[in-house]
Amino acid sequence: MADLKTTVAPASAGRTYAIIAIVLALLAALPFIADAIGQPALTSLATRISILAIGAASLNLALGYCGLVSFGHAAWYGVGAYVVGIMYRHSVSGDPFLGFSIGSDQLLVTLPLAILISGLFALVLGALSLRTSGVQFIMITLAFAQMLFFFFVALKAYGGDDGLIVRRRNVLPFIDTRDGPTFYWVCLFFAVAWFALMSRIVTSRFGRVLEGIRQSERRMAAIGVSTYPYKLACFVISGMGAGLAGALMANHARFVSPDMLHWTQSGEFMIMVILGGAGTLFGAAAGAVVLIGLETQLAALTEHWQVILGPLLVLMIIFTRGGLSGLVRLLRGGRNE
Amino acid sequence: MTLKGFVSGAAFALLSYAPAMAQQPVKIGMVTTLSGPGGYLGADMRDAFNLAIEMEGGKLGGVPVQVLVEDDALKPGQGKEIAERFMKTERVKLLTGIIFSNVAGAVVPDVLDNGGVYVSPNAGPSNFAGKECHANYFVVSWQNDTLHESAGQNATNLGFKRAVVLAPNYQAGRDAISGFKRFFKGEVLGEIYTRLDQTDFAPEMAQVRAAKPDVVFQFHPGGLGITFARQYQQAGLLETIPMVVASPSLDSVILKAIGDAALGIHISSHWNSDLPNAANKEFVAAFQKKYGRIPSYYASQGYDTARAIGAALKGTGGKVDDTKAFSDAMRKADFQSVRGDFKFGPNNHPINDWYSLRVERASDGNLAIVTKAKILENHSDFYAKDCKM
Amino acid sequence: MSLLIEQALNGVQLGFMLFLLAAGLTLIFGIMGVINLAHGSLYMIGAFAMAWVANVTGSFLIAALAGLLTAGAIGMLMEYFIIRKLYTRDHLDQVLATFGLILFFNQLTVLLFGRQPLFVQIPGFLEGSILLFGDVRYPVYRIAIIAAGLLTAIGLYLLIARTRLGMLIRAGAANRDMVRALGVDIRLLYTVLFGLGAMLAGLAGVMAGPILSVQVGMGEQVLILTFVVVVIGGVGSVRGAFVGAMIVGVVDTMLRAFLPQAFRQLMAGPDADALAAGFSAMGVYMLMAFVLLVKPKGLLPAHG
Repeated sequence: MADLKTTVAPASAGRTYAIIAIVLALLAALPFIADAIGQPALTSLATRISILAIGAASLNLALGYCGLVSFGHAAWYGVGAYVVGIMYRHSVSGDPFLGFSIGSDQLLVTLPLAILISGLFALVLGALSLRTSGVQFIMITLAFAQMLFFFFVALKAYGGDDGLIVRRRNVLPFIDTRDGPTFYWVCLFFAVAWFALMSRIVTSRFGRVLEGIRQSERRMAAIGVSTYPYKLACFVISGMGAGLAGALMANHARFVSPDMLHWTQSGEFMIMVILGGAGTLFGAAAGAVVLIGLETQLAALTEHWQVILGPLLVLMIIFTRGGLSGLVRLLRGGRNE
Repeated sequence: MTLKGFVSGAAFALLSYAPAMAQQPVKIGMVTTLSGPGGYLGADMRDAFNLAIEMEGGKLGGVPVQVLVEDDALKPGQGKEIAERFMKTERVKLLTGIIFSNVAGAVVPDVLDNGGVYVSPNAGPSNFAGKECHANYFVVSWQNDTLHESAGQNATNLGFKRAVVLAPNYQAGRDAISGFKRFFKGEVLGEIYTRLDQTDFAPEMAQVRAAKPDVVFQFHPGGLGITFARQYQQAGLLETIPMVVASPSLDSVILKAIGDAALGIHISSHWNSDLPNAANKEFVAAFQKKYGRIPSYYASQGYDTARAIGAALKGTGGKVDDTKAFSDAMRKADFQSVRGDFKFGPNNHPINDWYSLRVERASDGNLAIVTKAKILENHSDFYAKDCKM
Repeated sequence: MSLLIEQALNGVQLGFMLFLLAAGLTLIFGIMGVINLAHGSLYMIGAFAMAWVANVTGSFLIAALAGLLTAGAIGMLMEYFIIRKLYTRDHLDQVLATFGLILFFNQLTVLLFGRQPLFVQIPGFLEGSILLFGDVRYPVYRIAIIAAGLLTAIGLYLLIARTRLGMLIRAGAANRDMVRALGVDIRLLYTVLFGLGAMLAGLAGVMAGPILSVQVGMGEQVLILTFVVVVIGGVGSVRGAFVGAMIVGVVDTMLRAFLPQAFRQLMAGPDADALAAGFSAMGVYMLMAFVLLVKPKGLLPAHG
């Protein structure tokens, strides 16, 4: 995997910020553009992509920057979504939960709580999982995710396999989240904030230690860094990001089901990260755009779209290293290492 | 973006000499499951829906229609995306097609909140049948529980006293068991919950054998049902303990796949290919001619859904935009159903008869599902009383 | 008592099915270092090839042979054109590429055979059930699965312990680079080994054909459970795969069979049954997590 630095040399910093500003302006204008070209459903698609990009970016932190190949990312995503679903259910029915009145449909309440609870789950299960490494780590994260999946399937009180319907989106003061474009801007805001946070993290001292661990854990241990707390912190932050994405998705889809914790969902997040290039900050976003875009476009072409998408993924992996960012480098004539 | 699907009546619509105006075809959005193990359910339903349109020369109720079909892959999220695209980009007001209750659970509230009309050709989950019923939501097929209530009544009628019941551990499975128990007068010896991704039922077979019931009721749709029925026969249980099922556990496709393992199984259904009414004879003959196979009951529901929509379109002169007028026309159910008598109850769910069927060997040596008796007459559903529209 | 014996037999039979799948996966995993998510597809291909040939020729034996050979051949083609390029990559690339293969194989199968499940008759000589002892009756076909699994296990043991190929396999599992350095044609070895693993998956598919429904997506249903077996047993170890498969098979079956009764002691019937079904589904994953926490490399790791 190529060594990609997200730090920007001062001379080109201005240009980079200019590009970011233009891209952001375009993204913010997307609902108007979508209306103008007669494709209003594009806004909903863009909302979904920006939510999944948050999830992919948080997996990227663990996977790309810290070398923790987690095959259970969907677990935290699903837990976040269930927090929203369960609190909504209680706010409608008014029933207390274990004696506490936990119902709420305020986004400012549900969202932080979703992030917190996903983080707690990631903390406990991560602390156990991190006792292993390599292939075993991939598999133990998968096992925990499957456990949670079956837990929610058996959770009859909250819909079990059929999931929970969130009839109305959580509300925000002064902002109408039921309006499609408005909710898109809300999600875009969180996505931008999350990417900004990621960018701060990976360039901080903490981020450098993570990078060091990814390259050689033994070396970091040798220079006196106790790696376990760093890895755990990284894993928990990654889980919190997934919880944020899950909570937003529960609001967007107005529906929560155990499918969100299924291993294929974890696989989809992994594909986004790898497609975009693991360990590159915006790779996760690019991966989400390309994967969801491809799925939607190909599904519109033929019902057998997977026959095209499958080989496309294989070719992509074989001929480019580091996914899309590898492809970009390849096209620029750069060396592929 | 080019939408997948096909234009069934557009060509006819352009050429037709509609008296008053050159009508734009009415767009019908069909969100259905075409991929995965449950894909044949959606495909059969869709084929029959198209057949109804074709038999009218690209029209339904004299109105040219255009059907947009997309595959939800049994993912609720994907179903929502498709429905939203239909409603916003294609300006579709009338949607149909969903096969599975969990997809319906996600998509239907969206359609209704957006002021659309939804007509279900298959799924009829309990949550939309009672308190949350809606004037613009119609179910042509059945309310989920009635399938299994009829099976419970069937088991009672057949004189069975002690039953073991099995279903996958999800909402529709649990509903199946409660529906069965509601109408079964005997004793339930055990309830066994299986998994939706289960492929081997050997442990459950051993439990059934140990419980020594008179009858087994099971609900395993699609591929699960095939596996279950065959393993039931292989375990040597078919000869000793009769089985009662509702139609989803033994449709004509499953019958073909399990072969002799189905002989003697009791089925309860609202429709069968041998029902003697004229509409059914016409449908079965046309379906067999066009597709070369016996229609499954999913096909019958697709056909009925198309004809029910046709009757409503005829009633409003092809207008869907005034959803109130359309729903009122729809509620009259002014069409000949292939299942015989049919009307909508107070919650827009069907009221119809239920039959006892049995798998037998026909004179040509092939297996056939044969109608034996009527189980329930003008049967409504358990939740209709909670519906205040 | 007879119920317990019958359930134990069911567990062992599930164990042998899992072993057929896990043996191939663990060899590929351990020796080539490739995570092959498409292993389940090879199982599906074996089952479909077998079902198709059985319906055309009417002979179970010809069909079984066809299933094995098709799975093996497609496995070798897969290795030659795709997997070979992934040996030097990290696990991430392998996961993505083989995930792509799953999508491709599943949809291709839909194009070739349609979505409706295929039907295979149990061959006449394996039909029915026999009285084992007391009042324990057991289907002949399931006994045949146990026998086939047992023969395969013995065959694999002999292959690995007694032949030159087996020596290379053992050496490769212990130190891949050294085998290459000693001038062994590692490419050919890998292709052959991949074909062998694919054939084992195909054999599982062939055996499953007449009892399960042969349908698209059947591979993914067993794939995750197979991974659990491999990890519990220890990656790369065929012995470990055997032990892991037996443990997973028996534990899963026993939980499903007896947990509801245990729960019924504590609460009302329907709730107990539904809850127990959920917990028994979680059971093997809890087991795996537990094993990894105690022995992070699995029960019988191949090396180290």
